[in-house]
Amino acid sequence: MKLKTALMATALTGVAFAAQAQEITVMSWGGAYTKSQVEAYHKPFTATTNIKVNSVDADNPATPIKAQVEAGNVSIDVADVEFSDAVRLCDEGLLEPVDHAMLPAAPDGTPATEDFIEGALQDCAVANIVWSTVYAYNSKNVSGTPTTIADFFDTAKFPGKRGLRKSAKATLEMALMADGVPAGEVYDVLDTDAGVDRAFAKLDSIKSDIVWWEAGAQPPQLLADGEVVMSTAYNGRIFNAAVAENQPLEVVWDGQILDFDLFVVPKGAQNKDAAMQFIAFSTDTQRLADQASWISYGPARKSSGALVGKYSDGKTEMAPHMPTAAANLTNALVNNFEFWVDKDAELNERFNAWLAQ
Amino acid sequence: MALPNHASTLERVWHYTYLVICALIFLFLIAPILVVIPLSFNIEPYFTFTEKMLKLDPTGYSMRWYDLLLTFGMTDPDATRNASWWADAWANANWINAAKNSVIIGFFSTLIATVLGTVAALGLSRPEMPYRRVIMAILISPMIVPIIIVATGLFFFYSSISIQDWGIPYLGVVLAHATLGIPFVIITVTATLVGFDHSLTRAAANLGADPVTTFRRVQMPLILPGVISGALFAFVTSFDEVVVVLFVGGLDEQTIPRQMWNGIREQISPAILSVATILVIISIALLATVELLRRRSERLRGISPS
Amino acid sequence: MTDATANGAPAKLTTADGKPLKAALASAQSHARRRAFFLVLPLLAFIVITFVAPIGQMLHRSFHNDGFTMHEDIGSGVRTPIMTNLKAWFDANPAGTEPTEEAFAALAADMVVLRELKAPGQAGTRINYELSGSRSMFTKAARKANDLEAPFKDAFLDLDKDWNNPDLWRVMRDASSAYTFNFYLAALDLTRNADGSIEQVNENRQVYVTLFSRTLLLSILITVLTFMLGYPIAHLLATLPLRYSNLLMILVLLPFWTSLLVRTTSWMVLLQSQGVVNDSLVGMGLLDDENRLQMMYNQMGTVIAMTHILLPFMVLPLYSVMRPINPSYVRAARSLGATSWTAFRRIYFPQTVPGIGAGALLVFILAVGYYITPALVGGADGQLISNLIAFHMQKSLNWSLAAALAALLLGGILILYWLYDRLIGIDNLKLG
Repeated sequence: MKLKTALMATALTGVAFAAQAQEITVMSWGGAYTKSQVEAYHKPFTATTNIKVNSVDADNPATPIKAQVEAGNVSIDVADVEFSDAVRLCDEGLLEPVDHAMLPAAPDGTPATEDFIEGALQDCAVANIVWSTVYAYNSKNVSGTPTTIADFFDTAKFPGKRGLRKSAKATLEMALMADGVPAGEVYDVLDTDAGVDRAFAKLDSIKSDIVWWEAGAQPPQLLADGEVVMSTAYNGRIFNAAVAENQPLEVVWDGQILDFDLFVVPKGAQNKDAAMQFIAFSTDTQRLADQASWISYGPARKSSGALVGKYSDGKTEMAPHMPTAAANLTNALVNNFEFWVDKDAELNERFNAWLAQ
Repeated sequence: MALPNHASTLERVWHYTYLVICALIFLFLIAPILVVIPLSFNIEPYFTFTEKMLKLDPTGYSMRWYDLLLTFGMTDPDATRNASWWADAWANANWINAAKNSVIIGFFSTLIATVLGTVAALGLSRPEMPYRRVIMAILISPMIVPIIIVATGLFFFYSSISIQDWGIPYLGVVLAHATLGIPFVIITVTATLVGFDHSLTRAAANLGADPVTTFRRVQMPLILPGVISGALFAFVTSFDEVVVVLFVGGLDEQTIPRQMWNGIREQISPAILSVATILVIISIALLATVELLRRRSERLRGISPS
Repeated sequence: MTDATANGAPAKLTTADGKPLKAALASAQSHARRRAFFLVLPLLAFIVITFVAPIGQMLHRSFHNDGFTMHEDIGSGVRTPIMTNLKAWFDANPAGTEPTEEAFAALAADMVVLRELKAPGQAGTRINYELSGSRSMFTKAARKANDLEAPFKDAFLDLDKDWNNPDLWRVMRDASSAYTFNFYLAALDLTRNADGSIEQVNENRQVYVTLFSRTLLLSILITVLTFMLGYPIAHLLATLPLRYSNLLMILVLLPFWTSLLVRTTSWMVLLQSQGVVNDSLVGMGLLDDENRLQMMYNQMGTVIAMTHILLPFMVLPLYSVMRPINPSYVRAARSLGATSWTAFRRIYFPQTVPGIGAGALLVFILAVGYYITPALVGGADGQLISNLIAFHMQKSLNWSLAAALAALLLGGILILYWLYDRLIGIDNLKLG
């Protein structure tokens, strides 16, 4: 509590000293996810601190960071990136270290370092949400009900095209799980050559039916216009398409792959202090609970869980749609960031070669 | 190209088949443009013809995407539509800013490309020009190098000289677009100059004109169509260019194609179709005006070419 | 020249003001050359500064990568050499020497430096480009750098058995010099094996040669298609009276002026499996619902969309060459007894060859470098080499490999351009 007041006071004095209105630039993934951040973080932040927040989008905010930092021309102040990207960029010295002591405590006094879920606090990054790669189907185009990850790869039982993210990450793990590997052993199997071969063999079985997507907004579009009957997607985007736009899309949680998204500050960012302020503000308990009312992503803080209520339409309960809801975790995999930090380059090279053949 | 009276039956059949083939090719050229127009009135935020649209049901159509062009990015889009609402739209709406940026960048890059390109073409078309082939190759190279390399190379170069701190807005993008438009200006103007009758310049010199006057009053009016054609190509190249803007453009230098790219990937939004429809209508109007002016000048001069 | 003076020596020709003609001519010509050159100079300087230099800098990365030799601190710009001890050992010992305790000691000392500078990721990534899995070895070793003590070889092998891998030492030796051709090798699906000779990369990693040939073949296909579609309408436009041809020209220029992204998106709408074309074919009964044509997110989508987009670039040069062709030649040939096919083949067609050459060159070069359209509609098997260059530029961040691929692509195009210049001549390039 004291920390929070201190933070507010610093923010307000900072504003008082600033001769002109400050601005920061936050880069995120676009679509419904950016909208949830604008409503839950950006607008309240500007209302409290008078610092304007410019929102920009990218297919993957981690990609411009290295180029900008090395060129000495950093135009982003805060970026929202995936776990393995945050660790890799930090290792390479491309991110500013984050002082965890500046993060506000939970309302009941628990310090931030204990309130955040395990793994959510890194040297250069602070997690905001838990999201998940799942697959969804358009119930208008599919007869029967797919229930497992193996159904996604079964074009005999459920004919039609499949949408998959154009990246080795999450795709290879789903292939292995569909091939019968239990979630706990996936990364051990994937660490061996035979395991990688097995994953690609499984993907080969549906290769001619795959439509590849790169931007998060594409899977709902592909499902809605019938281009694919099933697609992997970021779970929150499907939720928004289903609830806000009344599309007949259903999520299958079996085989979901959980991951964090984290806020990072590129080295050499022009508004570093304001950026850190923004991170501290946006990852406090209430803010993380607020974003859950705009999109179905789980807050990275334990204390926020109790505050998660309904969607912004006032009718839909969010709790069952969270990746971390008990009912959805029966066959879930947590993304192993260490594995991907090491193997990202190699597996993506193999993936590109496989795609081109 | 009328069919001569002595054409045989086979030739007649071929003639009409040929016209049908041409009609199909023109259809191929224009079909995607035509598809875009009705789709921009789709009430759903997806890129497909819904059932309601196909049945011509009026509830399937709406102007919401045209409205979005004005409201997207405004600070208060839901206020009443009075003068201050329009002022807000002009200052803040993303698409309107993108349009402003596109026009400014397009204008200046075309200006630079046309001026430098025309002057260079004058030199290149002279028979005594040394190292002509090599220089021509260098000047046309921006068209040849893959655009992704150009974009990243320019990003690093401009960052290393900190061009964003020089205080001239849009400088990086304008220079990059001018570079990309120059090959077109060079090609069109040299082509015009190759067919230019140099005895006219010699006659002007004979009559006492110095080189600048000769250029201004003899050469320029005659090569003007070529120069304008080149300038048009350069403008279109800049107006339609997205990859370089993605890399080099700052956050307040977003152009229309950059905004469209956003609309295809990160915020799938049929607003880009409304923009396209508006641009198509403007292009048709422009081309039709040019043709009408040409016919008018023909009538006035009493001649009719071909 | 035929003037001879009385004493037999040819008279020196002079101009009106007494200068010898030869010298006057030479100075007039060099004056004209200088003037022509100075007209071109502003543009040349502009292009060299804003284009050639940046591209050159970019391509320089294809054979220069100092990730293993130099660390630059991003805030202060201070550059510190790294891996110096290892380099010294490499210099003292010829290639192929087994790493000794001394080598590992040098490596340990370097790890301490890496840890201080926070550069193990950078050095490890450079090695990772050529030997996967190396990055984690470096970061792990650097984390424990201060605890490493003699015997160093065992200490390193404790951390990871792979430190003994002869391939690793070969790669490190290569990387110790900033200048290398290994990225060009990688761009051609080649690699060096343990004794330094060149061999092909593992079969399931071969992708670049496939993509180069696919890009070449598809570009040729697109060039041929644009020629087949463009020639008839260019001929029609060139032979109609101006008032009609200008109106029809609008149909050619309008797609040209419409944004590339919009055209690509509308092709997506038309060719999707639930798109307009498939729906009409199913509606007309020509196709049943389960067997819709797959024309999107594959090679066919790329070819159709790119043919449409590049068609104006073929039509405009053809039109500008066809318009001035005098119709009386063909009429004369007919009157001499030629059939219309022979008249076309032997009289009309040869006159249009410069236009065909110009259009084909333009279309081919543009097709080879295209990036956006294959990215949006190509799916997996419609990707071209530019997409992979973009991937390395933005996602895998292996800029040296991207630059090597780009250099190879550029080299190919320049050779083609030179051939074209030889055969047809660049002056004949016109755009209507």
